[in-house]
Amino acid sequence: MSNPHRALRAAALLLGVAPWLAAPAWAQKSATDSIAEYRQMLQDGNPADLFEAKGEDLWKQKRGPKGVSLEACDLGKGPGVVKGAWVELPRYFADTGRVQDVESRLLTCMVRLQGFNEEEILKTPFGRGEQNTLTALATWISAESRGLKFNLSQSHPQERVMYEVGKRLFFMRGGTHDFACATCHAQDDKRIRLQDLPNITKASGAALGFGAWPAYRVSNGQMWSMQLRLNDCYRQQRFPYPIFGSEATIALGVYMGVNAKGGESIAPAIKR
Amino acid sequence: MKTTTKLTLTAVAALVLAGCAAPLPSSAELDQITRDIVARSFRAQGQAQLDRVQPDEDNRLCAEADRTGVPVPEALAKAIEARNMATVRPPSDGKYLGDWKQGETIAQDGRGKTWTDQNPDANGGNCYNCHQISKEELSYGTLGPSLYNYGKLRGVTDPNSAAAKPIVEYTWGKLVNSRAYNACSSMPRFGHMGILDETKMKHLMALLLDPASPVNK
Repeated sequence: MSNPHRALRAAALLLGVAPWLAAPAWAQKSATDSIAEYRQMLQDGNPADLFEAKGEDLWKQKRGPKGVSLEACDLGKGPGVVKGAWVELPRYFADTGRVQDVESRLLTCMVRLQGFNEEEILKTPFGRGEQNTLTALATWISAESRGLKFNLSQSHPQERVMYEVGKRLFFMRGGTHDFACATCHAQDDKRIRLQDLPNITKASGAALGFGAWPAYRVSNGQMWSMQLRLNDCYRQQRFPYPIFGSEATIALGVYMGVNAKGGESIAPAIKR
Repeated sequence: MKTTTKLTLTAVAALVLAGCAAPLPSSAELDQITRDIVARSFRAQGQAQLDRVQPDEDNRLCAEADRTGVPVPEALAKAIEARNMATVRPPSDGKYLGDWKQGETIAQDGRGKTWTDQNPDANGGNCYNCHQISKEELSYGTLGPSLYNYGKLRGVTDPNSAAAKPIVEYTWGKLVNSRAYNACSSMPRFGHMGILDETKMKHLMALLLDPASPVNK
């Protein structure tokens, strides 16, 4: 653990989470307000700090069948460069010939550098084994770009195609309920129950919606990556199961990330 | 033949090298690329089978309108409404209203039809996710219009009266298949898609239209 103070502070804060959840339900705006207030309180000690510290550790540790660290992993800005990489992902990688988000890129590095078995990690459910490694790594990598502005590239033809595909997926109505991402995320100032919904078709909403994940979820005490966030959106849309790191999830990442251009990255954030 | 191959390869290489200059595929080509990507990106899980990502023609037309910002042409919208209207049947016993108390429970229930739901028939209406309904429930969504005082505002004093018939039939049709009245409605087609059965829809009808329901107080 490179920063034991950060981890300790986060652990202490975790213990204080439960009483806050008993916030009264009587006034609607107060629920949203108190969540904002709570986030403010935790600004210097988001429980995500624990995952962040773990991620940094995992990046530097010699692991996998080949017993090497990830320090030679190229996240887009050259081998080993982490700062600023997050706000430019997903992007095109010449060595794989495809557009990748942070998690699918990390998987490439774990397979190619460390010798992990790709099929096995793809089959692992969220919250288990090496999927936890990916989440912790993504949390640390996003934290290294905190405060930077989203600036995804649209210079490679595949990046532009993925934006257009992502846009089509965003508006695609399907499932038993005919829901699209756009059903909930294409208008200003809407909410489900008391949950405010960002308008992801706009820069400000895209930065809020896309730029907050990975995030620590207070309601279930879990760290959620963007892949898991999208997975649960699709579950609630009554769609079938999106395969981890699939082109559809990456295309949506490109659509949201490009829309968020100029917005500040607040990841890893804290959520309801 | 050999020269042609060589030339084609050179053209492809030039295109790749040019990067920025490569033109975006046409809109129809992008539609096809998207369909291919969808086919590779999802797997069936539980009751959520792959047919759910093969949208019907109405969903395809409405999604395109949403994406481009160009509404479905009026004649086509009328055709969508007509073919959805054709799916609406009155309740088999002719009675439209059930019990508003059970309706409230169904309106609160947001479960059903996801890959984590085991029973394909244990579905709620999800109503409060998008609508204000009774005044007592403060945790309601705003994607749909408020339904508070639904029957009262429409002058329904006796849901069985001839005067109330048009509103009663419209509300039933809206629950069975919302697209019968609004081609690209965002509301699920509860009856048509098998989300809610007749009995559950009748209870929701009572929640909205029964003068004794808290909705109309």
